Amino acid sequence: MSLAPEAATVEAEARTAYHGVLTRNGWISLGVVVGVAILAAFAPFISEFWLSQILTKALWLGLAAASLIFLSAYAGMVSLGQVAVYGIAGMTYANLVAADGGNPAAWSPWLAVIGAIVAATAAGFLFGFIASRSEGIYFLMLTLAFSVLVYYFFSQVTQLSGFGGVNNLDLPGLVGDPGADPEPLYFTSLAVCVGLYLVMRYVARTPFGLAMQGLRDEPARMRALGFNVRLHRTLAFTFAAFIAAFAGILAVWYNRRISPGSINLGQTIDILIIAVIGGLYRIEGAWVGALAFALLDNYSREWTPEIGNILGPERFNTLLGIIFLIIVLVSPGGLVGAWESMVERLRRRNGGGGAPRTTTTPGPEGGPAATTVK
Amino acid sequence: MSETVHSGPGGGPGAAGAPSAPAQPEPGGGVRWNATRIALVAIAVVVVVWIAIKAADNFSQFITVTLNGLSLSALYFVVASGFTLIFGLMRVVNMAHGTLYLFGGYLALNFQQKLFQDDSGGLNLSLSAGGGGGGGEYNLIEWIIPLAMAVIIIGILGIAIQQLFLRWNQGQDLRQALITIAISVVAADQMLAAYGGIAKDIKAPSSFPESVHIGSSTVGFFRLVIVVGSALVIGLGLWLLFRKTRYGKIVRAGVDDRDMVSALGINVQLVFAGAFFIGALLAGYGGVLGGTMLSLQPGEDTAFLLNSLIVVIIGGMGSLGGAAIGAIALGLVDAYADVYLIFGDHDLTNYSILLTFALLVIVLAVRPLGLFGRPA
Repeated sequence: MSLAPEAATVEAEARTAYHGVLTRNGWISLGVVVGVAILAAFAPFISEFWLSQILTKALWLGLAAASLIFLSAYAGMVSLGQVAVYGIAGMTYANLVAADGGNPAAWSPWLAVIGAIVAATAAGFLFGFIASRSEGIYFLMLTLAFSVLVYYFFSQVTQLSGFGGVNNLDLPGLVGDPGADPEPLYFTSLAVCVGLYLVMRYVARTPFGLAMQGLRDEPARMRALGFNVRLHRTLAFTFAAFIAAFAGILAVWYNRRISPGSINLGQTIDILIIAVIGGLYRIEGAWVGALAFALLDNYSREWTPEIGNILGPERFNTLLGIIFLIIVLVSPGGLVGAWESMVERLRRRNGGGGAPRTTTTPGPEGGPAATTVK
Repeated sequence: MSETVHSGPGGGPGAAGAPSAPAQPEPGGGVRWNATRIALVAIAVVVVVWIAIKAADNFSQFITVTLNGLSLSALYFVVASGFTLIFGLMRVVNMAHGTLYLFGGYLALNFQQKLFQDDSGGLNLSLSAGGGGGGGEYNLIEWIIPLAMAVIIIGILGIAIQQLFLRWNQGQDLRQALITIAISVVAADQMLAAYGGIAKDIKAPSSFPESVHIGSSTVGFFRLVIVVGSALVIGLGLWLLFRKTRYGKIVRAGVDDRDMVSALGINVQLVFAGAFFIGALLAGYGGVLGGTMLSLQPGEDTAFLLNSLIVVIIGGMGSLGGAAIGAIALGLVDAYADVYLIFGDHDLTNYSILLTFALLVIVLAVRPLGLFGRPA
């Protein structure tokens, strides 16, 4: 997958270098810890609008994008099927709990969560199994087809999706009523995201995760070594589906409703854009991208100049598409990649940073560096 | 990578010869393979029997449904042939293909209304400005001229996209896919702004008969004669172009070894631009056909991107014959599923999309690269 040769090189260089006392991964971990601490500590001082419209939304959007990035960074599979999976999770949840239509067989929200995650993960297994023999661009197309098929399925089967979507969903007591008080849902989302982020990092370091990275780089060699390529790819997709399922649950909790329109191609592309903004090779980037997206979504309407019918507050997708286009054209590593290459350039200029690069630090985890360190 | 474009309807050598051989050897696949085969044959028998029962029930309906399905297939083929052509030559997955389809349709509609509406009286102008695309009568010329203009503009647009966005990053297939996705996002939004969200259609020439009668069944004239005829002509034309002309030879050579062809003094970039022109033009032509036969509205771009994707995934990326077979399969499944998915009191027609999915799954289970696909 030749998305970002230059960004990848930058990453390889940056990774093998010391940044003062900490390794690169150390800095990232520190950044994540500080970021989460700030997000948690300052919640009471942030306006409700910000908490709900920006931060909570960025958390679940980021989680969906993180599942995409996980697959792309560690398994080399760029999937457009994550929205299909999270749509299945959301729709399952919506159909299991009580909603406005009244559901006589309503499950308790927590039971419904389990049901939804099982259903979405199972669907992910099925999709993964079908797509596991395809690679690269074929995989992208096939997962895109899955995503659109799931959208058409739910828009046709109104028994499941209602005519105007399923509304007023019953939520678990833990998150209360996000409309009145967004804080519980915010903290829940934060906890879920942190937890799953740690799980993703952990899985990447397990023998399974390492095998996945081996398959990404050298599928033929791994096959010769006796690894079951198809099984690993299927399981990687299933695991990502499991992550995406949580994003689907958080999304329906956040919106308190779900309609086929919220899992259409537009949403698929939004998640892709978030992942690309964040850079396709670092899980953390997903939330950076999601935050940028949420900010843009909320504030761009205020400062976008109105140019006839072409650009203006109504034309958010045009703006988004242009930004997406610029990022793919200019910096395929996304915001994170742009930041890293800038830091790298500064460092090189200031300290003649060539010297420390000779000390190769493998880093504490078998991270995405394996993409490029050969 | 080699025999991609030129496996015509007859299929490239070997493509049709070994339908059962999986592209990638699977460890211990022997036994499981037979089980899969038995299951597939069983499914096929059930489907055929079910359709036969329904057909015996109401034969003239069966003919109508089949012909409608084939006309859908023809439309899918016209659109997907451009998609598969571009991929076959340049390994570019043009995610903006559905956008070119829809834009082609809108352009033709625009030209038809702007240039020829006055002929049918001033009243229509205000009517169609309201959105519905007014009544209005148009003769054959007034359908063909907008078509030609739209199609050529779309072709040139295709060249522009290729030259501006895709030429300098050849080989980075994922990046190119993302670039075309970004283009389609912007274009879809702009078309929504310019043409609104209401379904519109291009008026077929009023000299065309409404429908044709075959036995006791009735099928729309435009669908059956124009759309199916176009698909046949295009299929044959592309096949001749790539098999029999010098241009076709250069293109096929360029697919195999671009640098060598270039070293022989042939301007490969020009050849590729030409191929992109044809591919985009076919999408635009499909848009005009689809806009006349069905309708134009936001979301059709997605629908036809999906259709093209499924057609080429079934048929094998880059294969023209595969696109034809994939289109026929998809069109027939669509048509039959809309009518025959009724079991007694249970109307399951709104689950019809599952059959499309099943089609995809079944084909990929047997041939991971599609019916005529081959490893890159």
